Amino acid sequence: MPSATDSSPALPGGQRPVPPPSSAPGGGEGGRFLPSRKKGNLTDQFYGMILKLFGLTLPLLFVFIVLRIGQEARPAMEAFGFAFITSTEWNPVLREFGALPFIFGTVVSSFLALLIALPLSVGLAVFLTELAPRWLAAPIAFATELLAAIPSVVYGLWGIFVLVPFLRFTVQEPLSRRFGDTIPFFEGPAYGFSMMSGAVILSIMIIPFISAVTREVLAAVPRSQREAALALGATRWEMTWQVALPYALPGIIGGAILGLGRALGETMAITMVIGNRPDIAASLFAPGYTMASVLANEFAEATGELYLSALMEIALILFGITILVNIAAQALVWRVARRGGAA
Amino acid sequence: MSVQFRPAVLLLTALAVAGCWSSDRPVPEGEEDGRDSGAQLTITGAGASFPFPIYSRWFSIYSRENPVRINYQSIGSGGGIRQMIAGTVDFGATDAPLTEEDLERIPGTLSIPTVLGAVVLTYNLPGLEAPVRLDGETLAAIFLGELRRWRDPRIQALNPGVEFPDRDIIPVNRSDGSGTTYVFTDFLYEVSPAWRSRVGRGNAVRWPTGLGARGNEGVTGQVRQTPGAIGYVEQVFARQNNLPMASVRNVRGEFVAPSIEATTLAAAGLLERIPDNDDFRLSIVNADADGAYPIAAWTYLLIRPHMEDCRRARALLDLIRWSLLEREDDVRALNYAPLTMEIRLRALNALRVVTCGPERTPVFDPAIRFEAPESGARPTEPEAERGHAAEEARDAERD
Repeated sequence: MPSATDSSPALPGGQRPVPPPSSAPGGGEGGRFLPSRKKGNLTDQFYGMILKLFGLTLPLLFVFIVLRIGQEARPAMEAFGFAFITSTEWNPVLREFGALPFIFGTVVSSFLALLIALPLSVGLAVFLTELAPRWLAAPIAFATELLAAIPSVVYGLWGIFVLVPFLRFTVQEPLSRRFGDTIPFFEGPAYGFSMMSGAVILSIMIIPFISAVTREVLAAVPRSQREAALALGATRWEMTWQVALPYALPGIIGGAILGLGRALGETMAITMVIGNRPDIAASLFAPGYTMASVLANEFAEATGELYLSALMEIALILFGITILVNIAAQALVWRVARRGGAA
Repeated sequence: MSVQFRPAVLLLTALAVAGCWSSDRPVPEGEEDGRDSGAQLTITGAGASFPFPIYSRWFSIYSRENPVRINYQSIGSGGGIRQMIAGTVDFGATDAPLTEEDLERIPGTLSIPTVLGAVVLTYNLPGLEAPVRLDGETLAAIFLGELRRWRDPRIQALNPGVEFPDRDIIPVNRSDGSGTTYVFTDFLYEVSPAWRSRVGRGNAVRWPTGLGARGNEGVTGQVRQTPGAIGYVEQVFARQNNLPMASVRNVRGEFVAPSIEATTLAAAGLLERIPDNDDFRLSIVNADADGAYPIAAWTYLLIRPHMEDCRRARALLDLIRWSLLEREDDVRALNYAPLTMEIRLRALNALRVVTCGPERTPVFDPAIRFEAPESGARPTEPEAERGHAAEEARDAERD
């Protein structure tokens, strides 16, 4: 309460002429209403400022991160120039650094993961929202969401001890024996620790995200749309395929991008199963390496300015790729949404 | 509740500290001498993860007996060196020796060896009982990708009478930068000209073939999951996990199974090789000594030659003295190999150049030298004699 008297002299300082200005000089005991109103005005301004600060924090943080990483990466940029992105040589001993194998590994493993995860997630979501009885849908949805809660190092361990041996003995070895000579994707030797294992583990990790989003957007398809389709004589399949899914498409794309973003940045689990070799191979059974993995692996022990700065440049490229993917996704969502609106 | 509780805790702590300090006079403000001050001192260090178990044991016991807290972060050797360069820690720790490039940025930094480690080869060969025997050239050929089958005549020649499975060799390396990788590649660098010219040595190298796995546990996991695989891990880790370990041929032509004793022997003949300026950054792989395991290395503490805060400097150096002279049992208990007493004394004497404060006063009393008892200390010295050396050192320091 004593602050009420303090606040009145401060008020003229406030620039906002929002409340009736004539009431301001009233002051004193001109009624309990006015002082409280003045105070409210000040609080509003303060509140607005705080929110503005919060709103600006994130973009500022973003700019700061880019600048800082860019600054750290400068020695490598100057030393290698554009060749950093096209060179496949990563040799800390000779201080020669090229990021192409890591870029390749990140992009290929993530898109392969998306390729596996997207049909599974959409199928799962359609089943849960359109077909499954309630007593079955709830536990399955719950179990899927639980997958998202598992720490990635646990995925990695599971990958080493279960997934990799399984893929090696039941998938990779038979395939490479039969098709290894004719199809380059299946060329041996089959180590188990490979691009394929990395992609599979990533896909399992992103399924919960994509399917959760897809379920939400499917559930948001207006009832009237479905009923209209059914009234026109559509079967359940036609209703889902021709009405519900197209309606939900922008949301599904959004979910897929969310999953892709996660796959691009995933570190621990994929490091543990991908084999960590900076090579570019056509074979899915050959080991690979990702940008996030090389950062996690080598940063702690990297000495020397150039080495550190090469790692920083990789971080910058990873950042750039993630941004590009998000921009592309946004563009795609807009386009799909606009086309949907026009139809 | 907790708010009321807090002053009581503070009071108790203060009483406890004062009790340790055992004097009735009030603590003078800005007390210069670290030994007499009641306030708790925190020393921070960062670096190698390989010696972390032994360091944390040393540091926690020391903290219990002295009003000093040591905060050691095992962020990796490279991180330790970076923190030293940035000046954010009181001491660093590294497995790989400081390079000249790094030393230029922190001139005069002393590398003080503390314990020895060894790198062992572990493998997955189902149905094989006896330990595999290997030598440097064969290992280099395997990790270069030139030797691809276990039934290669070169391997067979080293293991007469052993029936190897007809499998591909799958080499597994550490994908994360690591002192373990440094030691292993240092060994290959010394024994194989091909390795020297094509790969080199370092915490991280360009591996010509094989799989990369993160950490000792990652290498172990991949080796266990992959029949025919061979990988390298730290001896301490391999021992704790009962992994199969290959015997490796040393310079004298003996196949030596990894052990603590064989590791200590690797540094035995080293005293003469340490230059007069006490630069301990020597490679001890492929040691020319009977019974020495050839893939061994020591791990270092990094100490600045001059520290501003004398209290801190004294506490740090006393900690090192105490650790090296009195805590050999901890070293053995944790499966590390202790340094020979001569080398520990040599290392402590090297620390006598450390100064502190604006007047650059020596931290250790310049009048004393750390010396072994007249008989000459051996690594397996009986307890009494080691105790003697320690006492002497302590006495000397008190003066």
